[in-house]
Amino acid sequence: MPRINSPAELEELRKGILSKRDPNKSCITLCSGSACHASGSADVALRIEEEIKKQGLSAEVDLRRTGCHGFCERGPIIVIHPEEICYFQIEPKDVPEIFSQTIKEKKVLERLLYTDPITHNKIIHESEIPFYKNQERLVFGSNGNIDPKSIDDYLAIGGYSALAKALSRMTSEQVLKEVKKSNLRGRGGGGFPTGRKWEESRHAPGEIKYVIVNADEGDPGAYMDRSLLEGNPHSILEGLTIGAFAVGSHEGYIYVRQEYPLAVENVTIAIKMAEEVGLLGKNILGSGFDFNVKVHQGAGAFVCGESSALMTALEGRAGEPRPKYIHTAVKGLWDRPSVLNNVETWANVPLIINKGADWFARCGTERSKGTKIFSLVGKITNTGLVEVPMGMTLRDIIYKIGGGIPGGKRFKAVQTGGPSGGCIPEDLLDLEVGFDELTQAGSMMGSGGMIIMDEDTCMVDVARYFLDFLTDESCGKCVPCREGMRQMLKILTNITKGKGREGDLVLLEELSGVAGDASLCALGRSAPNPFLSTLRYFRDEYEAHIQEKRCPALSCKELIAYHIDPDKCQACMICLRKCPSEAISGGKNRIHIIEQEKCTKCGTCFELCPPRFGAVKKISGEPVPFPIPEGERILIRKSKEK
Amino acid sequence: MDKERIDRIIDKHQSEASSLIQVLLEIQSENHWLPKETLERVSEKLQVPFTRIQHIASFYKAFSLVPKGRHEIHLCMGTACHVRGAPRLLDMVQDLTGIKPGETDLDMKFSLETVNCLGCCALGPVMEVNGKTHGKMLPSKTADVLKNYE
Repeated sequence: MPRINSPAELEELRKGILSKRDPNKSCITLCSGSACHASGSADVALRIEEEIKKQGLSAEVDLRRTGCHGFCERGPIIVIHPEEICYFQIEPKDVPEIFSQTIKEKKVLERLLYTDPITHNKIIHESEIPFYKNQERLVFGSNGNIDPKSIDDYLAIGGYSALAKALSRMTSEQVLKEVKKSNLRGRGGGGFPTGRKWEESRHAPGEIKYVIVNADEGDPGAYMDRSLLEGNPHSILEGLTIGAFAVGSHEGYIYVRQEYPLAVENVTIAIKMAEEVGLLGKNILGSGFDFNVKVHQGAGAFVCGESSALMTALEGRAGEPRPKYIHTAVKGLWDRPSVLNNVETWANVPLIINKGADWFARCGTERSKGTKIFSLVGKITNTGLVEVPMGMTLRDIIYKIGGGIPGGKRFKAVQTGGPSGGCIPEDLLDLEVGFDELTQAGSMMGSGGMIIMDEDTCMVDVARYFLDFLTDESCGKCVPCREGMRQMLKILTNITKGKGREGDLVLLEELSGVAGDASLCALGRSAPNPFLSTLRYFRDEYEAHIQEKRCPALSCKELIAYHIDPDKCQACMICLRKCPSEAISGGKNRIHIIEQEKCTKCGTCFELCPPRFGAVKKISGEPVPFPIPEGERILIRKSKEK
Repeated sequence: MDKERIDRIIDKHQSEASSLIQVLLEIQSENHWLPKETLERVSEKLQVPFTRIQHIASFYKAFSLVPKGRHEIHLCMGTACHVRGAPRLLDMVQDLTGIKPGETDLDMKFSLETVNCLGCCALGPVMEVNGKTHGKMLPSKTADVLKNYE
């Protein structure tokens, strides 16, 4: 591809790409994000390619492997353009029929469509499916339409026009002013105003400055940054370059977890392509502005998501944070001014430059503008990535988009903000999501993980889980975090094992206070949040564990027992055969009994007992009923009695 | 791991001391663990003290200072998998393999690691063996999956 040297040449190139594309040619977009890949989208892609070849359709049909479409629950997903027919949970065996029916005959295959769970209507188009319909996908929307490995695809949807605008028609002050005016706040967790960070760096002394993409997405249950980086890497590069221009930086880094190999691959390809056409490198678009980007892989440390720790890691050292009396924007990487923003923050920048700060600020709450991508996971019907305007209520996100709780279970809490966040109970479901709103409720926005919990989730165990995570991930540099977390974890573990004592909760609160005040970085300071928020809203569960040695959610292994109800057992032998510890006695026509001494509480019997019998019970806080006497264990089947 | 392979990786990163983590990551990915002699070579070539290399190799989770088994099991312990029953799955895998997270069995057959999120939350709880994802796992299905690996 020839190098482009001016905005006019960029537009020429774009026109050239578009003129070669026939909007009426069939194009199958197949989600190839990590989640769909895990559900088999690579096999589907191979099958589609085979079919195109076999039928000699390469002139009539294109296959485009795109990034994540968002609706991970129903993957692998394909959309057939231009009709925009959406098929879900595709298997390789469905491919021939898709070709013979939909591609050739233009007939819709009902069985692969989305079925509305309430009306039972079949829905053909993505835009009519409730999961998509209620979203506002400004940042994430292009993911499903472009091949992340092709710069042409990004250019075809108007890519790099914001960069051209910034470099040719705006001064760096104007770019900064626009971002400041938009009130864009950091999407990585803290919610710090992006424009202010840029301004601080811009005015900081020093010739060499850095801009960095934080793609060290460590919150368990959050994967939007990965999907953006995998699915639309050029949008992040474009944002980063615009930021570099505003700050006066000529070197950028992308710090990405090594656990995200596809993201590393796609962003590396994107950098190479942008360099080839001259959208990165020297004298970008003839503006005289130089900018280069390098990819740096993280080596697996949660704390490296923290800005100063990330920069230490970039320098090739162990990622430990430092006190931030002087912001990293002034003294960061190699002690030089460094702007670090999250993936999603950078991806918002081209939109703001192209459409203006007022357009961006038109949606959202008073202090949180624009949209936010959440990863909606856990006990939810529609697992996936959703992008909604700030200010949407949790209830709308969970029920309108997420489709509510599966299996007829009752909603208990939503956990936001990752290990630094907290759990929000049912009576706060009408809370509007925004940085300050969530903080007031004792949680936080974080990077956007939203883990839904139902009645089977024990809140004490959730607090213990996060403390366990943080104890493991604490870098060990400061005492309040290193030792405080360890003590908190010890006490919480005891509580979940039925060894909780009076006074434990007071002690935990005290430890939380110290860790929260005295820790060096945000990891330690926010570490007590999962405990404090669950205590605030679910104190009764803590008390049940401590006082009655009972787990109300029937989840804590040490506090529950499995038991077979003799009146319901049909002696079907399923649990008996599958019990890994051979703890179930009985036989054909002999009611099964769990021998409590042998039971390891793995739950296999509970899972396998046919729902129509429902004979295996979980109990907590009460003694296990005595097994019925040997002589009464013969099962007399009702049908035979007659 | 032979010297030439190590040197090739180091040269690729222009022998810069700041690339230490990147160099170690590449060695880890090729060799599956970091033997002492390899680290000594890295220390010599990059002019980084051996103690600092040890600090880094033990600080970051991606590195292993002990050899790995033929099959690597990664069990997702992310929050979404946790609420969908990952702890019970872990118990079962531990029972079946006889090893705890971070360990390798004596036959060098399995290594077990827990990870904090594989990002396939729709498929939770997730178990990954040699990079292949097994979704919607149940303790009762575990034995059937593991018996496919020799």
